[in-house]
Amino acid sequence: MAARDNHGNTPPWGANFGVIGKPLRKVDGIAKATGAAIYTDDIQLPGMLHAKTLRSPHAHARVRSVDASAALALEGVHAVITGADMPIKYGVIPWTQDENALAVDRVRFIGDPVAAVAAVDEDTANAALKLIAVDYEVLHAFLDPFESLVRHEPAIHADRKEGNISKHVRLEFGEVDALAKSADVVLEDEYSFHGSTHAPIEPHCAVATFSADGLLTLWSATQITHYVHRALAQVLELPAQKIRVIQPCLGGAFGGKSDPFSLEFCVSKLAMVTGRPVKMLYTREEVFYAHRGRHPMFMKYRTAAQANGRITSVDAKILIDGGSYSSFGLVTTYYAGQLLTGPYDFPSYRFDSTRVFTNKPPCGPKRGHGSVQPRFAFEVQLDQLAERLKLDPIELRRVNFQGSQTRTVNGQRVTSNGFLECLDSVERASGWKKKRAKLPFGRGLGVAGSMYISGTNYPVYPNKMPQAGVQLKLDRSGVVTVFTGGNDIGQGSNSMCAYIVAEELGVPVEHVRVVAADTDLCPVDLGAYSSRVTFMVGNATIDACRKVRRQIVAAVAKKWAVDPGRVRLMPGVAIDLEDPAKALSTAEAFQLAEEEFDTLGATGSYNTPTLGGDYRGGSIGASPAYSFTAHVVEASVDTETGRIQVHDVWCAHDCGRALNPMLVAGQIEGSVYMGIAEALLEEHKVNRFGLHQGPSLLDYRLPTSVDTPELHALIVESLDPEGPYGAKEAGEGPLHSSIPALSNAIFDAVGIRMKHLPFTPGRVLELLREKDALEESKSAGAAARGQA
Amino acid sequence: MRLLNLRVNGDALSTAAPAHWTLLEVLRYRLGLTGSKQGCDKGDCGACTVLVDGKPVLSCLTLAALVEGREVTTIDGLMPAHIRAGGTGADPVQEAFDRCGALQCGFCQPGMMLSARALLNRTPHPTRAEIKDALAGNLCRCTGYTQILQAVELVIAEAGGAAVVPTDWRAELEQ
Ligand code: FES
Ligand code: FES
Repeated sequence: MAARDNHGNTPPWGANFGVIGKPLRKVDGIAKATGAAIYTDDIQLPGMLHAKTLRSPHAHARVRSVDASAALALEGVHAVITGADMPIKYGVIPWTQDENALAVDRVRFIGDPVAAVAAVDEDTANAALKLIAVDYEVLHAFLDPFESLVRHEPAIHADRKEGNISKHVRLEFGEVDALAKSADVVLEDEYSFHGSTHAPIEPHCAVATFSADGLLTLWSATQITHYVHRALAQVLELPAQKIRVIQPCLGGAFGGKSDPFSLEFCVSKLAMVTGRPVKMLYTREEVFYAHRGRHPMFMKYRTAAQANGRITSVDAKILIDGGSYSSFGLVTTYYAGQLLTGPYDFPSYRFDSTRVFTNKPPCGPKRGHGSVQPRFAFEVQLDQLAERLKLDPIELRRVNFQGSQTRTVNGQRVTSNGFLECLDSVERASGWKKKRAKLPFGRGLGVAGSMYISGTNYPVYPNKMPQAGVQLKLDRSGVVTVFTGGNDIGQGSNSMCAYIVAEELGVPVEHVRVVAADTDLCPVDLGAYSSRVTFMVGNATIDACRKVRRQIVAAVAKKWAVDPGRVRLMPGVAIDLEDPAKALSTAEAFQLAEEEFDTLGATGSYNTPTLGGDYRGGSIGASPAYSFTAHVVEASVDTETGRIQVHDVWCAHDCGRALNPMLVAGQIEGSVYMGIAEALLEEHKVNRFGLHQGPSLLDYRLPTSVDTPELHALIVESLDPEGPYGAKEAGEGPLHSSIPALSNAIFDAVGIRMKHLPFTPGRVLELLREKDALEESKSAGAAARGQA
Repeated sequence: MRLLNLRVNGDALSTAAPAHWTLLEVLRYRLGLTGSKQGCDKGDCGACTVLVDGKPVLSCLTLAALVEGREVTTIDGLMPAHIRAGGTGADPVQEAFDRCGALQCGFCQPGMMLSARALLNRTPHPTRAEIKDALAGNLCRCTGYTQILQAVELVIAEAGGAAVVPTDWRAELEQ
């Protein structure tokens, strides 16, 4: 690991921070509050055309021909493009590029894009779509992942060796079967996780212009500008130097804006062929079909343990319904197994996970990518284990804690680990000891724990360049501009950069400007995914600041003729620690440094150290640091109606150091809300024709302020040795264990095991009936024995 | 095309738009008032909420022609109105949302803040349940609503001159 990558969790001048750790406003907060912030659809350019997409009405079909002549003849239509205009495939993972911006010869789900129209307005574009004639040959549609596992004709992707298998991973560590055999208790059970989607309130939108000298500019609601940049170059066959991608203010993403999307290519191509700016805004229905949401998973777990609760062996078999394209699926298939190996220590582990293609909207990364589903299954199984062994479920988790500075069974390095504090925190805050198993029938508490990555050391395309880069420009006025390729998707990454710059260079936060996610202006960053931004961009920002800070301190020290160690930069002033009467404003300090060293600026970067297990796939799931979470949920169940009500959720999350505790709390609360929502209300599902069962924000039931339980965010700070000031992620980890904790609370409330999501009233009633029947037959048996 | 004479954020404005255009479309794409957001265009999300004669209305379900002669307030108009009324800076609701961290992606918030503003105009001291009810038509996908509720309560407390104890998410640990 290069020295530049590790600045320690405390600055050399000590940890009495002026900015870090304070609940400050966001740098873009007031612009968002006043309506001044510009989102993609707010961009209007002179002469701009509006584009619309024609989508497949069939779940699986060959496209024999597309005839756009009638559409082209319509007054106001400027261009129609089809797959033939952009035949080159793309896909976020270089090894599995299987998508076309518009169907080339095959459509693979209802909603697959087939043609795009640019017209003077949306009405004309919509009218033109109706005039495009497509000749389809309908093929057998795979809607059941178990069918895709065994039937490979007609192959959804013809060029795949493995038929309709998208990816298969089997990894084994330690003596899984032998240890299971010698264990005191072995539990085996099946679980399933349904599909859910991100549903950001902002629909996908893109605007493109193509200048007379051949420069393509794309504004897009994306969370990964850099990959869109690369994909555009590839598909449009333009040199990357001729493309500029800009992410305006983004209205939510949660993983749902990570892939390159059809509209980004379409508006670009349409701008190129018309010479006019072109915008496309997905309807809400299209957002549901574009999807890339949580993969449905069917999971079998076998966990073996000693009588004292120590886990000795875990064996998992997972079937993943990938939908129609690969997307991030290679990573999903690994993550489904690789990310289970904490916060507990077990000596043996095997997972066998298979992702298959089906003719449904493609799945991808949703908050907690690939690991929320296995975590649900495993944490419910741990609760079953605690029940069997008559152990307190929190105690069971404590007994198996892996510790910090350790290695997982699959060879991942774990540095800081605050999981025990998380457990303590939720146990105390929830009143666990007084309430669990002691509340009246119908109400109960459940616990669960989890871990997640803070970035991954696996860049999506292999390269040795920095994963995050940051550039600073210091102005004589005392303003610092920071240029970052990082994508602020609402999580506050731009603010995070500003806080660090303010802390390091002694400027008030409001004197820091952040220019982000513009490929012409900002150094490359790999984007907002895998919870990497705070860790990587934060470290890169510190790296850049330290360089220029040295210059400022040296110039001030020279002026005062004191040792540089005596110079301290505070927000707005530089002071002499031994003679506080000596002080200079930030602007004066900058000017001294500029006189001494010329125009001020610096670059900084971050790259992960070499990480991961020594086996194929060992670097997938390897993270420079892991976050840890524990949840306690208090819920009640109405045994008449089957309705579940969640009253309170306590979520303690180890985020390393909270750079801004208010924003961390917001991430925790948003994660918990989203987890409980997908457990109880949401379901992304297609019917037997492949048609979405309710592609609207009414039918896909997002909780409102009235439906959301009381959320208690509890921050645990384990100070990671390598995170920026010790920080780790907070945006995805806190979702994971909310769902199994709810299942476990339902068990405490009414004694039924919810092993299949979503937890609908119907399912609750069914399990309650089964339980009653079982108890009746037991008591009947006991009565019969009594008589005998 | 239809000629529209509207009153928006205190100004009398005329424009022309297709007769079927909604108020949201006219505000955003004719008048350039892009503060109001479109999340669904069918009345499900509340992002497009504006005030018509002080009452929250879904502008994506309201034909622009129907609000002629009525006073429309959008998020873009809150700060100017606050300044006209003798205040400085943004409306206290906008300020509080910012100070409480409620603006994550911010996309739902123009609608959310206008619903909150309308509530506080008619009920200066709502209970938490009343606040939740008033905001139930505005979906937020980012926050889990907690910091939004805290923001509204901050406005109420400060309007009454109460000192507000800041939330400390780490207090629990230090006990
Ligand atoms: S855009 Fe009007 S309710 Fe969603
Ligand atoms: S802040 Fe993003 S949807 Fe509410």
